[in-house]
Amino acid sequence: MEMSGEHRIAAPRDTVWAALNDPDVLRACIPGCESLEKTSDTTMEAVVRQKIGPVKARFNGAVELLNIDAPKSYTIQGEGKGGVAGFAKGSADVRLAEDAGETVLTYTAQAQIGGKLAQLGNRLVGSTARKLAQQFFVNFHNHLTDEDPPEA
Amino acid sequence: MTSGIGQNVKRKEDKRFITGKGRYTDDHRNDNQAYAAFVRSPHAHAKVLGIDAEEARGMEGVIDVLDGHQLTGDGIGNLICGWAITSKDGSPMNMGAWSALATDTVRYVGDAVAVVIAETNAQARIAAEAVMVDYEELPVVVHAIDALKDGAPQIHDNAPGNLIYDWELGDEAATDAGLAEAAHVTTLDLTNNRLSPNPMEPRSAVATYDHAEDHYTLYTTSQNPHVARLVLSAFYNVAPEHKLRVIAPDVGGGFGAKIYIYPEEITCLWASMKTNRSVKWTSERGEAFLTDMHGRDHVTHAKMGFDKDGRITGFKIDTIANLGAYMSLFSSSVPTYLYAPLMSGQYDIQNIHCNVRAVYTNTVPVDAYRGAGRPEATYLVERMMETAAREMGMDPAELRRRNFVQEFPHQTPVLMQYDAGDFPKILELAQEAADVAGFEERRREAESRGKLRGIGYSTFIEACGLAPSKAAGSLGAGVGLWESAEVRVNPAGTIEILTGSHSHGQGHETTFAQIVAERFGVPVDSVQIVHGDTDKVQFGMGTYGSRSGPVGMSAVVKAMDKVEEKVRQIAAHTLEASEDDIEISGGQVKVKGTDKAMAWHEVGLAAYVAHNLPDGMEPGLKETAFFDPVNFSFPSGAFICEVEVDPDTGQTQVVRFTSADDFGVIVNPMIVEGQVHGGVTQGIGQALLEQVVYDEQGQLLTGSYMDYTMPRAADVPFFDVQHHETPSPNNPLGVKGCGEAGAIGAPPAVINAITDAIGTNDLAMPATPQAVWRALRAAQKPMAAE
Repeated sequence: MEMSGEHRIAAPRDTVWAALNDPDVLRACIPGCESLEKTSDTTMEAVVRQKIGPVKARFNGAVELLNIDAPKSYTIQGEGKGGVAGFAKGSADVRLAEDAGETVLTYTAQAQIGGKLAQLGNRLVGSTARKLAQQFFVNFHNHLTDEDPPEA
Repeated sequence: MTSGIGQNVKRKEDKRFITGKGRYTDDHRNDNQAYAAFVRSPHAHAKVLGIDAEEARGMEGVIDVLDGHQLTGDGIGNLICGWAITSKDGSPMNMGAWSALATDTVRYVGDAVAVVIAETNAQARIAAEAVMVDYEELPVVVHAIDALKDGAPQIHDNAPGNLIYDWELGDEAATDAGLAEAAHVTTLDLTNNRLSPNPMEPRSAVATYDHAEDHYTLYTTSQNPHVARLVLSAFYNVAPEHKLRVIAPDVGGGFGAKIYIYPEEITCLWASMKTNRSVKWTSERGEAFLTDMHGRDHVTHAKMGFDKDGRITGFKIDTIANLGAYMSLFSSSVPTYLYAPLMSGQYDIQNIHCNVRAVYTNTVPVDAYRGAGRPEATYLVERMMETAAREMGMDPAELRRRNFVQEFPHQTPVLMQYDAGDFPKILELAQEAADVAGFEERRREAESRGKLRGIGYSTFIEACGLAPSKAAGSLGAGVGLWESAEVRVNPAGTIEILTGSHSHGQGHETTFAQIVAERFGVPVDSVQIVHGDTDKVQFGMGTYGSRSGPVGMSAVVKAMDKVEEKVRQIAAHTLEASEDDIEISGGQVKVKGTDKAMAWHEVGLAAYVAHNLPDGMEPGLKETAFFDPVNFSFPSGAFICEVEVDPDTGQTQVVRFTSADDFGVIVNPMIVEGQVHGGVTQGIGQALLEQVVYDEQGQLLTGSYMDYTMPRAADVPFFDVQHHETPSPNNPLGVKGCGEAGAIGAPPAVINAITDAIGTNDLAMPATPQAVWRALRAAQKPMAAE
């Protein structure tokens, strides 16, 4: 499954970049995130609880940042193991562009699921992923600007 | 006689089934019952780097967590395929190792790597979630064609290029010559869609080890408990046969999927010994989709040549069969000896050549499913005939008629010798019942409602009661294909029939009783059928391939012959008459033309009290027989299907379905009709609805009834079921078998009807509304190439 999107954030690029690298911000913004800790400059460990269709799971995930070109772009890549529920893994290329003192964030992401998640939730994974991405960016935008994003 | 052969005796077993009193495997519970939950791979292909079960072991109710290294370490053998196929270059098939619990590598999503044994089912399943398996993912291949490509991921080291065998049947040079001289050649590329079997009762096992006796008891959902015991004992080293009792109690449907021995039964038996507990496992429906052996999954390129009069000059077939990640018990035979010998259909074809390559992929293993090879062959032959008729501008019924085998016995170029049949007659019967003459009128009427109406034929042959054992052995079978029976006449005259056939929906408790009632003139209620328990029945090969009638019943008849001989001797001795003058009827054993008679039960009592038996006669009245058929039986049928397609949505409705079958002698017409209904419904399911889908990573996407569509009552019309009996000359009752006919014959009839309706042959199964709509659009707009 692939998806992409663009979000305008009413904050300077350096602020957005710092937030995208801040475990506390990510923990607060990732839907269902129970914990997220940095294990090195470019790696993190996370626990995320999610429900996709009929499957509820707690994912233990490892996240790695690659292709870092601060403060313009990086690739974030992760894999979450949900035990019997299966697994989810994916990566996103994230780019930040400056525009009139604000930041335009674009991303292209791909995700793959396996095990019971795929068996039961495959039809729903696309819409669920889009919903989660939307929710993340609403949270992220609110966190940085204290106001709702311009477009829904 | 109201309960003998040919009577619609109501099913004796239905009282317990429809009142909820059936006793299935999962209904068996022991005092020390523990439960198993399997830890399964979420990856289609991966190395297993390690298993961390520490957390699971500490969880509430957990008795033990066991893995594949422990299993193989205890000497439990690998699962095997019991039919050795030899490639055309003389090399043996490449069978990859398959451990009941994977050790180093997993090869399909659902492959078991560990088992948790706990006090309750819920505790076992919760703990299984806590078992952490470290996988290193490997590249995946899902489709048969991709598996043969250069650079495809290797699934088993000993099967280079994922090729299991490259096998052929028939004379290639003669077939090429036949095609070369043809006035017309029809070419087809077909896929036969992968199906999930879906018996109503999921698989289950309850295994109990008795330390004091060093003895195992296994209740399991099996179509052939003796074969299960043989394989568990001889190949998997679970226990010697005399220390292993296998019971297949009431079983709720099999369709082939319950022939095989699965990793779960092996693991439960072994785990019972390891934990000294009775261990139960019952599949969830989702687990069934992941692990029950699938059916079909062929890709085929074929050519058929015709002379100017429409007579077939040659038929050449090239098939790739997807056998999944491992070779299941009879998997190798399905696309070979259960497939290629059917390529002659009902037709007199002199030149046939069939080449089959079987391959590994990272999918659930594929084995026999209702029809097993014969539906795949029939789909090819019958779509070929219909397509050729359209291409040559001939009536499809007439093209078939011109090629029908008319004389019997008939030797085909692909092993089979057809024993009996009347193909023109059953086609005529079907055409009359289906009112083919009125079809054009119905087509016009449908058109006035905006519907496209089509008609499709399928005239097909089956080969049932796989036999004889000697021939099967010469073709690589690891077992004999006979059946055994014991007839016990009790001292008070009631009768028990012990049979190696297994009933899991077929109605044996009724039909087997009917043949006894017919023979001895006793009521069916005084006959009990005993089956499904290796401690009760001495041996049996089980039920599959529509063999219970032609083989299982024949063994009963042979045993009854012996009982009858003894009854005659006892009666003749008691009544002071000649054996030749004794007749058995209406519950009486009489001297012909006199009023001298003994009641049936008096003969039984005489045999057991043994006060007055002929000199030298042993007491008792029970006899055993084995029946090894001299040939297959050859049921045949003509199906005619009418559909209506909505051109705006592609929705297809089967509006009329007529079957005319020759099952030989019919023991119980009501039960036979039910088998036809069920089989045709499954065939319609394959044609219109069912399809197992994996994504490119080998993830099963059709893992529940949300995504895998089974046929329902609304998907099928009322069936018009016709019969014409030509008795089989090769068994004493003249029966042929009826269990698979519908599933074998229906798919091409349905697709031929749809392609007739939409005016294009380019349509694959399942003909979902989307597929039909696309085919219709493509045919309506013959656009220039893009």
